[in-house]
Amino acid sequence: MPTKNSSDRELVAASEANIKNLSRRNFLGYIGGASALLLTAAACKKDSTTSNNNGTDLGSGDVGILNYAYALEQIEAAFYTKIFESPYSGITASETALLGDVRDHEVAHREFFKAALAASAIPALVLDFSSINFGSRDSVLGTAKAFEDLGVSAYNGAGKLLVSADYLLLAGKIVSVEARHAAYIRDLIMPGSFADGLDANGLDMSRTPSEVFAIAGTYVKTKLNISNLPTS
Amino acid sequence: MKIENIINEIESIDPEIYQRLDGRRSAMKSFAKFSSKIALASLPIAFGSMLNKAYASPTGPKDAITDVLNFALTLEYIESEFYKAGYAAGVGGTLAIPAGAPLNAIKTIRDHEAAHVNFLKTAITTLGGTPVVFTAASFDFTAKGNFMNVFTDYALFLAVAQTFEDTGVRAYKGQAGNLISNNDILTAALNIHSVEARHASHIRQMRKANGGLIPAGVTVKPWITLNQSGIGSAAVQASYNGEELTTQAGVNIINIGGATITASAASEAFDEPLTKEQVVAIVTPFFK
Repeated sequence: MPTKNSSDRELVAASEANIKNLSRRNFLGYIGGASALLLTAAACKKDSTTSNNNGTDLGSGDVGILNYAYALEQIEAAFYTKIFESPYSGITASETALLGDVRDHEVAHREFFKAALAASAIPALVLDFSSINFGSRDSVLGTAKAFEDLGVSAYNGAGKLLVSADYLLLAGKIVSVEARHAAYIRDLIMPGSFADGLDANGLDMSRTPSEVFAIAGTYVKTKLNISNLPTS
Repeated sequence: MKIENIINEIESIDPEIYQRLDGRRSAMKSFAKFSSKIALASLPIAFGSMLNKAYASPTGPKDAITDVLNFALTLEYIESEFYKAGYAAGVGGTLAIPAGAPLNAIKTIRDHEAAHVNFLKTAITTLGGTPVVFTAASFDFTAKGNFMNVFTDYALFLAVAQTFEDTGVRAYKGQAGNLISNNDILTAALNIHSVEARHASHIRQMRKANGGLIPAGVTVKPWITLNQSGIGSAAVQASYNGEELTTQAGVNIINIGGATITASAASEAFDEPLTKEQVVAIVTPFFK
């Protein structure tokens, strides 16, 4: 909301603080869990201009977050599909079977989001995997590990951005499978490293959409506009 | 940015907003008009207390959230004490956990579960709640005799570990919606949820490496296939029932979008939640 005067900003800050302190379980349950910021942002829309980037707009609200997930699943599914076009040298039977499973899971996730989003779905992304050496086990598994850990942190960070408890559950159904993948691939690279990278409390990472795209952007040629995604 | 906008926006999402405010539609309308005349600084407070009244929860969201966290804490205590005892037996030589990677993994998981216990205790206290307290003496890991040799039979130890981890994943998943009103707590719970899934994945690989899965020929993968556990005990089946789902939000995942997706892969691609009641039924035998 770039065009507000100072008292507007104070009001936004104060009302956010207030609404956050409310006993708002029922309120949020009723309207589907809209965060205070979303509510405030929606209320501000009428007298502020929305920033407009060029590029494929992921959209706003829950649809935006679902498109965000759809974009990530497109990257993962395409990556694992490409692995099997020409498997790295020395791939074992067990790796072929389990990485094949991972591919199928990611394709299922991608196609699920596409079907669920229907007309709201972003188009198929143009991807660029030229930085990956698909003939090399190290390159492939290193990339797989990065994608899976990134996916886990992306879903973990997206949970609070969702308004609908149903979508939150769906994201939860997928993120634990991504975490199973991440642990498996980490163990392939270094046995016992399935959960390295947790914080001192034994918690996994969360990332915001902009943090995720700062990393995933390397592999995406399509210009994406994430400026309308919820931020709280 | 005007306060009327907020009220109008709420009305567009919740047509009953005025009814919720004691049906005083006209009073709210006047509030909206009046609001433009009173000091900006005091507006949010007045507005906030109105909403507070309109949507007040009978028990209060804080209690609901600490209830969920105490439920999670209970599960973390079970896991924490289970791995403590298992690791000690492994080191002591009464449980044949192979030295090296397997024993290290059990230690790693033990430490994560202990960290989760501490984290949840702190979170509950910070929210003004009272954390539940359990000790090693609270638990019966034979589950009333179902797993008599759990700390002397390595395969059985791993089987119970797998069940705890897979159940934990399903339990957190089932509670996420109850935390949706508190972003920080929801995110923390999700950040624990995915760690339980990493544990489950690793324990499953340990079971695969160790062999002796039941029924013979069953495959245990890092992910859950249909409602299979690979464990020869009916006592664990409740932790797996429902995982065989192949339809999500009304969308059939089998062969979706023209891709070749088997029922097994479709079920593996999505983990399923358990309700608090289902989880309580599963873990009750493990309490003395």
